[in-house]
Amino acid sequence: MDIYSAISSNRWKTWSIMVLFVVFITTVVYVMSRAWGLDSLSLVGISFILAGLMSIGSFFYSDKLVLATSGAKAVEKKDFPRFYRIVENLSIGSGLPLPRIYVIDDPSPNAFATGRDPKHSVICATTGLLNILTDAELEGVIAHELSHIKNYDIRLMGVVAILVGFIAILSDLFIRINFFKNSDDNKGNAVFLVIALILAILSPIAATLIQLSVSRKREYLADASGVLLTRYPDGLASALEKLAHDKTAPRVASNATAHLFIENPFDNKRVKNLFTGLFNTHPPIEDRIKILRSM
Amino acid sequence: MNLTIILAVIGGAVALFVLYLYNSLIITRFRVREALSQIDVQLKRRTSLIPNLIETVKGYAKHEKGLFEKVTELRSQLMKAQGPEEKAQANNMLTGALKSLFAVAENYPTLRASENFKELQEELSDTENKIAYSRQFYNSNVLNYNTKLEIFPNVIFARLLNFKPAEFFAASDEEKKDIKVNF
Repeated sequence: MDIYSAISSNRWKTWSIMVLFVVFITTVVYVMSRAWGLDSLSLVGISFILAGLMSIGSFFYSDKLVLATSGAKAVEKKDFPRFYRIVENLSIGSGLPLPRIYVIDDPSPNAFATGRDPKHSVICATTGLLNILTDAELEGVIAHELSHIKNYDIRLMGVVAILVGFIAILSDLFIRINFFKNSDDNKGNAVFLVIALILAILSPIAATLIQLSVSRKREYLADASGVLLTRYPDGLASALEKLAHDKTAPRVASNATAHLFIENPFDNKRVKNLFTGLFNTHPPIEDRIKILRSM
Repeated sequence: MNLTIILAVIGGAVALFVLYLYNSLIITRFRVREALSQIDVQLKRRTSLIPNLIETVKGYAKHEKGLFEKVTELRSQLMKAQGPEEKAQANNMLTGALKSLFAVAENYPTLRASENFKELQEELSDTENKIAYSRQFYNSNVLNYNTKLEIFPNVIFARLLNFKPAEFFAASDEEKKDIKVNF
């Protein structure tokens, strides 16, 4: 897979996911409303419009939502000159416009890129990452993120984060409500149970969707094209080694945004939950390091 | 009758191909020029930092007159340089001269400690990095363009349409010791 086929496959997948989301939500609403004998036509109409709006919204505003939920703040050159300069240099090297630069105040080292295309892109790092990496390592990580921007991975990842994440979060929520409610609570429970069951079945499907669309190949491709930019594979390799050995628990990642980061934030971390295994969005870090070391 | 149709079809196909080739070459050549102007931006930034640097160093190291003159001369050479090859050469010579200037500065502790000097040194090394990266981007565009010119059958029509290969922006010998990447 080269960069051009990566771009066109990302565009295509983004559209498919946006359409699938609308179809999925509308179908669920239709089935439920029929089962309960409600006015299905108007409900389906409403849900179609809402899901459609959400789909389009996710295309344009995924970056803002991701940034808001992760607590990232826009920074200026004087606040983080080293980080800023490296992003500037590598954007020049890859011919991309300068992305907006954000920092998350979090000791757990990680980074991600988001946006809908290179002109509307954001690059974000945690303070933990900026603190523990040397210049060469940081360049490796940022070049990797810039490759995600160049490949339009960010567009697909952003839409996936919002739409599939929305479904995953809903199911998470319903399952928890169901588990923590007493069984003799009230009659509403039965309705919740049905919804919870449906969503419990759908949640792994949603997770698989994330895995399929954000395939592991993408990470390898971003590693490789990032190295083409920095011409220094050991920089990224030793950065990944540092990330692999770090055991600081992340404060801000959730299931919906895990696939955005350079390294899976739930890997080896204390915040494991029911779905951690399903959301295994990244190839094993050891394999990535091995490939980089052999370049 | 049949022959004319066949000839017309072939002629049409060739015309379409040439049209497509012409447009794609124009776009690629435009990208090369655009990338070169990115280098120019950084070179300009570099030349504009130098007078300031010389003034600062002069304040502490009056005896290094020869060095100042050399840097000033190389600076004006870079500003006058035309075309990627000349610019690359002038830029590399200036890099060498600046390196000896910074080496000399090491002998003056008060100069080294000056905030102004530190800032200029940082700015200049940042600009040097940016030149290196814009050069990398330019050269990959040149490679792309020149390849397009030279593969068959493009090579026949490109000559007829008067497209000429672009010059690379050469790195200095020292910088050429790049790490090799194997895929």
